[in-house]
Amino acid sequence: MTPPLHPESIKAIPVRHRGRWVAAGVILVLVAMFINMAVTNPNFEWDVIAENLFNNKILEGVWATIWITVVAMIAGIALGVLLSVMRLSPNPLLSNVAYGYIWFFRGTPVLVQLIFWFNLAVLVPNISLGIPFGPTFVSWDTNSVITPFVAALLGLGLNEAAYMAEISRAGIQSVDEGQVEASSALGMSRAQTMRRIVLPQAMRVIIPPTGNEVISMLKTTSLVSVVAMPELFYNTQQIYARTYQTIPLLIVASIWYLILTSVLTTGQFYIERHYGRGSSSEKPPTFLQRLRRNVFRFHAQPPTPPSSTLLDTHGGVR
Amino acid sequence: MTVPMVRSEGVCKSFGSLEVLKGIDLEVQRGEVFCIVGPSGSGKSTFLRCINHLEKVDSGRLFVDGELVGYRQQGDKLHELKDRDAAKKRREIGMVFQRFNLFPHMTVLQNVMEAPVRVRKEPVDQVRERAMRLLDRVGLVGKADAYPRQLSGGQQQRVAIARALAMEPKLMLFDEPTSALDPELVGEVLDVMRQLAVDGMTMIVVTHEMGFAREVGDNLVFMDDGIVVETGRPRDVLGNPRHERTKAFLSKVL
Repeated sequence: MTPPLHPESIKAIPVRHRGRWVAAGVILVLVAMFINMAVTNPNFEWDVIAENLFNNKILEGVWATIWITVVAMIAGIALGVLLSVMRLSPNPLLSNVAYGYIWFFRGTPVLVQLIFWFNLAVLVPNISLGIPFGPTFVSWDTNSVITPFVAALLGLGLNEAAYMAEISRAGIQSVDEGQVEASSALGMSRAQTMRRIVLPQAMRVIIPPTGNEVISMLKTTSLVSVVAMPELFYNTQQIYARTYQTIPLLIVASIWYLILTSVLTTGQFYIERHYGRGSSSEKPPTFLQRLRRNVFRFHAQPPTPPSSTLLDTHGGVR
Repeated sequence: MTVPMVRSEGVCKSFGSLEVLKGIDLEVQRGEVFCIVGPSGSGKSTFLRCINHLEKVDSGRLFVDGELVGYRQQGDKLHELKDRDAAKKRREIGMVFQRFNLFPHMTVLQNVMEAPVRVRKEPVDQVRERAMRLLDRVGLVGKADAYPRQLSGGQQQRVAIARALAMEPKLMLFDEPTSALDPELVGEVLDVMRQLAVDGMTMIVVTHEMGFAREVGDNLVFMDDGIVVETGRPRDVLGNPRHERTKAFLSKVL
């Protein structure tokens, strides 16, 4: 065999990406057109937007939206995980109850459920605590129990639980059967196995779609305006119903929704990074790390390693 | 006369219409290394899994340390054990799997400590000390804080052995512990098992490593098609098989 030659480091003309330049040109023109429209079209009423962005009513709405999202999501996740564990239980009663729940709450529109809960008093005027079919101890007027907030929470939370149950079931089923076997062989109980071994591993599969659900929930809270819950969208509507500044106020609401979803997206990224531990040796780069690398690449080709190291690592020496 | 560690009387097991075990009779004595060999699909692994009740026996009786596996006898009636009671018995039987089944979200040390801390509720400090001693015994103290994914197959299997030993079992089951390993990694796992045998652990080993069976095994059975075809000293069975089926199998693997 002939000893490997010492090749000169390659000097070639890189591939031209003409398509990229064309696409960049087209996009640039479109963006310029849009900015021009946004600036010159007086109907945007940027002054109204600026004025209302930190309006008290709007800020209250933002807090209410965050609050409902958090509470409904916590309820949805807790109930959803419970339902998925029930669904996979060897007990046929539990499994069928979970199946029935998911069938019902996933099968009816969340808007209908919200209005239904809000009007519960029509169906059940009083809510009582007592012995079934026997005497009652305490009783409440349904209308005083089901406030807009409670209706919103029931509607969104119970509906979310049905979706979370399916997400969590997929996660649990993605965990290798050998894991359950190994923990059984160590004498762990079913509950311990679920909590310590299966669910933490299922998280890797559960977290990304759950992040999706949180973002979706944040926007679905706008439906709660139909039960007069004063969240972001409801308060926005209240203002433009009075001032007729519909478009600027909708933009105000959209800006807030975008800010909130951006924060959530960032949070999701870091949570995924955390639960990915042990699964791959390298963690995905954070936003800043990626930015640094991309800016670098935009300016210049990454420095090619000096040709001598290339030779050493690629078998120049036998 | 002492009670054997494992006694199997006519154990049968089917999956649907497929009969996997067709009446297994055997005895494993205390401190013995008992090897089970045979072609794949012969029921070796299923039998092993019956011993710690990962699979339910259909008929026959299986005793571990004199106690019936999976059932409780009251008068002439058998009562199925509750999950909790079955789990309690499994604590005393260690099992090592072909595919290691380490918990990937925990470090090596956490893997070893999990069951003693959570199941036996032992104090963490005491368990940590024992876990480090066991990791030392399998030569992996330096990897205590690594995650399983960062280890080679042989290292993972040694951790799995340490994890099983952490529960201080009276019996160890090995289900083809070296079958998923690259050839050059088999030796390190067998070394650990050999040391365990020297220390007097009762071991039942399903294996294709005939060299290990011959050298370390006290007794050996050859299983085929759900029955025990031949049993005896490993040297005799492997060196001088009496049955045609044993001869046919050994001619392929030796």
